[in-house]
Amino acid sequence: MFVTSAFAQESAPATEGAHTGTEGDTHSGTGVPAEAHGMFPPFDPATFPSQLLWLAITFGLFYLFLKKVVMPRLGGILDVRSDRITQDLDQAARLKGEADAAVAAYEQELAEAKAKANTIGQQANDAAKAEAEAARKKVEAALDKKLGEAEASIASIKANAMKEVGTIAEDTASAIVEALVGGKTGKAEIAAAVKSVAR
Amino acid sequence: MAADKVDPIHQFHIVKLIPINVGGYDLSFTNSALFMVATVLVASAFLYLSTSSRSLIPGRLQSVSEMGYEFVSNMLRDAAGTQGMKFFPFVFSLFMFVLVANLLGLFPYFFTVTSHIIVTFGLAALVIGTVVVYGFTKHGLGFLKLFVPHGVPVFLLPLVVLIEVISFVSRPVSLSVRLFANMLAGHITLKVFSGFVVSLSALGAVGVAGSVLPLAMAVALTALELLVAFLQAYVFAVLTCMYLNDALHPGH
Repeated sequence: MFVTSAFAQESAPATEGAHTGTEGDTHSGTGVPAEAHGMFPPFDPATFPSQLLWLAITFGLFYLFLKKVVMPRLGGILDVRSDRITQDLDQAARLKGEADAAVAAYEQELAEAKAKANTIGQQANDAAKAEAEAARKKVEAALDKKLGEAEASIASIKANAMKEVGTIAEDTASAIVEALVGGKTGKAEIAAAVKSVAR
Repeated sequence: MAADKVDPIHQFHIVKLIPINVGGYDLSFTNSALFMVATVLVASAFLYLSTSSRSLIPGRLQSVSEMGYEFVSNMLRDAAGTQGMKFFPFVFSLFMFVLVANLLGLFPYFFTVTSHIIVTFGLAALVIGTVVVYGFTKHGLGFLKLFVPHGVPVFLLPLVVLIEVISFVSRPVSLSVRLFANMLAGHITLKVFSGFVVSLSALGAVGVAGSVLPLAMAVALTALELLVAFLQAYVFAVLTCMYLNDALHPGH
């Protein structure tokens, strides 16, 4: 192609120079400055002392500047940050511990209060039971007393009645005897007979 | 001249800005030195200014700085353990320097410091030099255990030691060439495709229409180069960490 060949003409001497690197002044036509000696510039030993010297000066100063100024500062920034993060994490852990302790204390208090409430309830329950028991006993005692009295009165009434029974039996017996036998029977006789029968 | 505009090597030329000559050595302040200074200034200013508020909750820029710091910190700790953290400033400086140099190089008309092998080699030699010096001062001759892996049969040992030595010696080379070659190749490719756009557009209406394709390609390549710029800085730092780990723990 037309274009490529045109370029090849221009670039050929240069690439040739790059390969051989030892050509003389044959390439002066390509505009190479006089101090380059027509040599591939990176391989020109004439420039070595100057480049090494300035490399040593610039890199040396750069190294010192980084070592003395930049790196302590960067290291400081990063240390401060990591310290701060550690501190914050510690504080968070501490606060969490405090919160946990508070929760535990609250739960303990709650448990204590529950236990207290239970004992109070139990006590009230026991007291109420004891009171009820006492009242029941009192009532029972009163009832027992009344029962005893009633029984005693029944017994006395019964005894009286039994006593009456003798008289009634004597009366009845005398009436029967009178009706059957006729005539009067001695009162004492009948009483004795009744007594012997009742026995 | 059209050739001037599309010469993909032109961007790598060293231009003397302030000529300095000491004892026969050319120590001029060049465009390369200028961009080294720019790299250091940009990186330093960014790191310094973005963290100046020292906020507990970082803003956008501060989080970028923090991300870089923690990224390199984790990288080093994973590779070399907590003992390796004494090299943290060194690795962080290397990472930031290479990263910012790579990124600055992506701007049009800017010089890419890391596209010169002597610069990447200088950095790699610094890494390996640190490893060797620290290894010997810390472990004495015990550092040489690095070349004698455990559990290797005795008759294989000479061969394995030789391989280990060669692999160790080739480290600075591979470390520097990897970064250099990536930056160089990327920038040449970018320049070539941008060159297509310029030379095609010079051909009239058809050429302008046809230049859309290389233009799209150049845009895509720029995105790729952005990734490569970051990736190579990362690779350089990771390998540095692994080599430092060898200095700290020579026994495999």
